Amino acid sequence: MDPLFHAAPFTGYVYPNETVIPWTVLIVVYPYLTGLVAGAFTMSSLYQVFGMQRFKPVAHFAMLTSLCCMLIVPLPLLLHLGHPERAMNPVITPHVTSAFAVFGYAAGFYVVLLLLENWFVFRPYIVEQAQNRKGPLGLLYRVLTLGSYDLSEKAMKYDKKWIFALAVIGIPGAHGLHGYVGFVFGSLKSREWWSSDLMPPIFLFSAIISGVALLIVLYAVSCRLRKIPIDLDCMKGMAYTLWGFMMFALLLEAVEFASLVYRGREGIEVILEYVAGPLIVPFWIIQIGICSVIPVLLLTYMIWRGVKGNALIAGTVLSAALVLVGVLMMRWNVVIGGQEIAKTGKGLLAYHMPLVERESALTAALLLVAPFVLLAAAVKLFPPWDDARVAH
Amino acid sequence: MDKQKGTETLEEGSRRDFLRLFGAAIGGGSLAIAANALVPEARAVSASAKPEIPGYDWSKHHWAFGVDATKCIGCLRCVEACKVENNVPKDANHFRTWVERYVTLEGEGKTRIDSQHDPVNIEAAGAEGKYRFANRYKDAKVDKAFFVPKLCNHCTHPACVQVCPVGATYKTEDGAVLIDHAMCIGCQYCVQACPYGARFFNEELQATDKCTWCYHRITKGLDPACVEVCPVSARVFGDRNDKQSPISIFLRNNRVTVLRPESGNAPNVFYVGIDKEVS
Repeated sequence: MDPLFHAAPFTGYVYPNETVIPWTVLIVVYPYLTGLVAGAFTMSSLYQVFGMQRFKPVAHFAMLTSLCCMLIVPLPLLLHLGHPERAMNPVITPHVTSAFAVFGYAAGFYVVLLLLENWFVFRPYIVEQAQNRKGPLGLLYRVLTLGSYDLSEKAMKYDKKWIFALAVIGIPGAHGLHGYVGFVFGSLKSREWWSSDLMPPIFLFSAIISGVALLIVLYAVSCRLRKIPIDLDCMKGMAYTLWGFMMFALLLEAVEFASLVYRGREGIEVILEYVAGPLIVPFWIIQIGICSVIPVLLLTYMIWRGVKGNALIAGTVLSAALVLVGVLMMRWNVVIGGQEIAKTGKGLLAYHMPLVERESALTAALLLVAPFVLLAAAVKLFPPWDDARVAH
Repeated sequence: MDKQKGTETLEEGSRRDFLRLFGAAIGGGSLAIAANALVPEARAVSASAKPEIPGYDWSKHHWAFGVDATKCIGCLRCVEACKVENNVPKDANHFRTWVERYVTLEGEGKTRIDSQHDPVNIEAAGAEGKYRFANRYKDAKVDKAFFVPKLCNHCTHPACVQVCPVGATYKTEDGAVLIDHAMCIGCQYCVQACPYGARFFNEELQATDKCTWCYHRITKGLDPACVEVCPVSARVFGDRNDKQSPISIFLRNNRVTVLRPESGNAPNVFYVGIDKEVS
């Protein structure tokens, strides 16, 4: 049985109630997964909306990835709630001034949008399978056709319009959802570490880079598993995209940190003590050094030198993998970091992550793996590959 | 209080059962969707969460709290009384009220601050459930020292109420900020939003908890427990609508301040005799 609570050790002066850290590792996972949703959707939009043909090999895969991540997003929140059986109350009886009350609507809207868009994209394949397949799987596809077997040119044109419209709506939808997550933190005046107008765009751009990085890694892995060559033009395009968005993400974070220090409001001494102490490994070494500076330098070098072939693939995938870890660390440093700096502005706390509990490292790991288990099943049911039959 | 205890008994046992919680969440969610037709009623109940207390009309009162820090002797009877009166967990991590000690030693620029939850003080008390300040400065040359009692500020613009996604915490007409434990979903957003650290998560209730100014007592004409037991009248409570109440006199006779006025929360706990370090 889990202990009732974990008391966090502290230095300096912290309010007595602060010694139980309210938001745990699960609230680190929540914005991370939401970010992957937004980022993966961005990747698919580059093809669906902006017509960038080089991203065709990953466009539908990205959409399916976005959906699989989105289906898991509510779970960390649900597992965190003291009364999960009341989880629907913010939707049924919302308190309109709460940033949290919006989540149910925003997430619900976005899940419906993703389901619809995926349905339109995979409809030709679903219809084909419904007509040819027998057994329970055949039945599943027949149900999924929703009674629409029309694959005529006119019908496909109509579908295409819908796909485009949904993708267009999805851009503000996905990015709004994630910008809103930044607002949940940035709008709180009680914590200097969070209280910043830049929080929504910081969350947004780090979300985009995490989604692009995820697609780079997943695309490389999927090609390896399917034993097909990687489309170098697509890979290079993704490397450019990652590099470009990283410039924004890193700049915003730097500006935010600089203004926090420069403003030097009450409690800055403790913040600096935190930055120069407990944050050395998770922030300076891992998030900034290994997972931001190295990928930026590597990508810059590859773009500058016009690296091709396997070297390009290896360099891009390595950079992307590092970025994925870096963004997770960024979420950690924001969510946990904000709570380790006491509201008193005169003390520091230390969060202890339990290994096996309801809100623990194991739960977080399972939640981080879950979208990809879903995705593995989803690509079997709805092959998103360029060579499969889907609406383009 | 009866309501709280009822909730507690009902959910005892199943609380930590992960799978059942999960099942209940999904079941509860589906039921909630199915019961969509009941939405207006549900909202109406939540909005008019006016407690039904015989002979009490909350529109006729305007409660406020005063702290005269120059009088506080740091005996911590208030902390103990509050824990007993309000069934607050008897550990060093959950408090509806607490007392801070500010000590400046000669030749030291920085003020030393501690509270009863400091390990040194717990050791001196002998256990977490006992409260006392250790005589840790007896061999030092103290330049300046004072105690500051703290509690929920029952703000006029409470950040905690603003962020609650279900309206489980609300501002009453008589000025108190209360929590309906039967509505709280336990997200702890309000715990984060409170700049004063006044809120905590009550693991027994699986809901947020905090000072209510002993609402069950004040609505019966009694003082909050902490005010009742304070031996030096450092804590003052009363109705601002009554010009002769202790709080009205306190506010009239003193130049008062509030904690973190820049937050915009507009607290209703007024202080006398605190120093610049106090926030």
